[in-house]
Amino acid sequence: MRANGEQARSVAISDAVAVERTLSGERDAYRLLVERHSQYVYRLAYRMTGNKEDAEEVVQEAFLRAYQKLRQFAGNANFGTWVYRIAANYAIDRLRQRKSEDSRREQPKRIAEGEPESDPLSEVKDAAPSPERLAGSAQLAAKMKEALDTLTPAERTAIVMRHWDGCGIEEIAAVLKSNTSAAKNTVFRAVQKLRLALQPFAEARGAARAVGTE
Amino acid sequence: MKHATEDELFAYREGDAKGREAMAAHLKECAECRAELARLEEVFAALDAMPVPDPGEDYGTRVWRQIAPRLPEKRAGWWQTFFVPQRLAVAGAMAALVIAAFFAGKKVGPGNTGGSETAVEAASAEKVRERVLIVAVGDHLGKSEMVLVELSHASPADSGKKLINISAEQKRAESLVEENRLYRQTALEGGDNAMASTLDELERVLMDVANSPAEVTPAQFDSIQKRIAEHGILLKVRVVRQELRTAETGRKSQPAQTDSMAKERNKV
Repeated sequence: MRANGEQARSVAISDAVAVERTLSGERDAYRLLVERHSQYVYRLAYRMTGNKEDAEEVVQEAFLRAYQKLRQFAGNANFGTWVYRIAANYAIDRLRQRKSEDSRREQPKRIAEGEPESDPLSEVKDAAPSPERLAGSAQLAAKMKEALDTLTPAERTAIVMRHWDGCGIEEIAAVLKSNTSAAKNTVFRAVQKLRLALQPFAEARGAARAVGTE
Repeated sequence: MKHATEDELFAYREGDAKGREAMAAHLKECAECRAELARLEEVFAALDAMPVPDPGEDYGTRVWRQIAPRLPEKRAGWWQTFFVPQRLAVAGAMAALVIAAFFAGKKVGPGNTGGSETAVEAASAEKVRERVLIVAVGDHLGKSEMVLVELSHASPADSGKKLINISAEQKRAESLVEENRLYRQTALEGGDNAMASTLDELERVLMDVANSPAEVTPAQFDSIQKRIAEHGILLKVRVVRQELRTAETGRKSQPAQTDSMAKERNKV
């Protein structure tokens, strides 16, 4: 743990130097920051967008925006955390735009964010395939991917930031532009939807275990 | 206690303090709620099972190539110039002295912060930045030293292997080259030619390692070791690190410092 802490401190310090160099007019110093943080930002972007092409676009745009706003950063926080937040903000905007385009094209019964939801889970539940179709971990991953696609952009952002990246509720609230209580509810709503989407899979596995086929 | 609701179980899993003890006690007693919590855990386990495709080790470089042509040049602001002593003169003579002292291998004591309030404030801010730079360069040299020591002390010829894998050292050297360039230019602009020269030599050796094949023959490995030895770079790196350590601790304890160490470094 100590080594990790020291490593993080050392990265933050050398990031701070690279930021200073970039701001003093040396554009190539920014390369170090891009090369160091791209993989981490990519993982967030992929989990949020669900595909490689969009994820790569989010990464590029995040680093471009970070460069443009570098004077605002001014060494007040960790550069990695800062660019991560920029990427999350851009990705959520992109998800919202995509959902809105999809809904115009397909005109499905979508529940707008923030509106009272009479049965928020029915969409996921109805779309679920039969338990027979669900077996094996590859199918579980595929099922989870599908379930993530049914989440609203805010829910998806919240669960990605909370579960995979261990972000605090305040940080999630900042990206969602909401208060902490609403952000907490958004995470919970996402978990509820995912759970219901996976329920047939869990039941199928339970049944398989009971008859000794798994 | 009645059965826990899903959001109560979720809050418990999230570590919420409210009603935590009562919930823990209830879970011990209630198999139904334990099963419910386990089902919730399955969701998180399923999330963990989701793969993210590996974009490749050179992904950062590819991102850079894609965005670099779209990045406009930045103009330096007055406050970003902590590496450039002559510009600091406008912020007060004291601040300039602090930075210049670093590059000249001299130190300035905490008691010497005379002058106007502006100068003192500027000096204080610059001291923080100076410390950042000292720690950053010291850390970089430590990592470089480790790579060079590992390569210098290995005796692969004894192992009888036809090819020696140096990919781990190679990758580390590769990541150190870029940082080294940054610090070298910084030292150069700051007027510390001796530091810049040491970093320049280090950069050449790191580049040699970074550009070597991942697997080398014993003869090639021997040649890498010779290149490290003939420049005496390890000793120079150690001397500079020692200087930086002294500079860092000296900022607090303020012992006398002379140019002797810089001379020593240049003698190596």
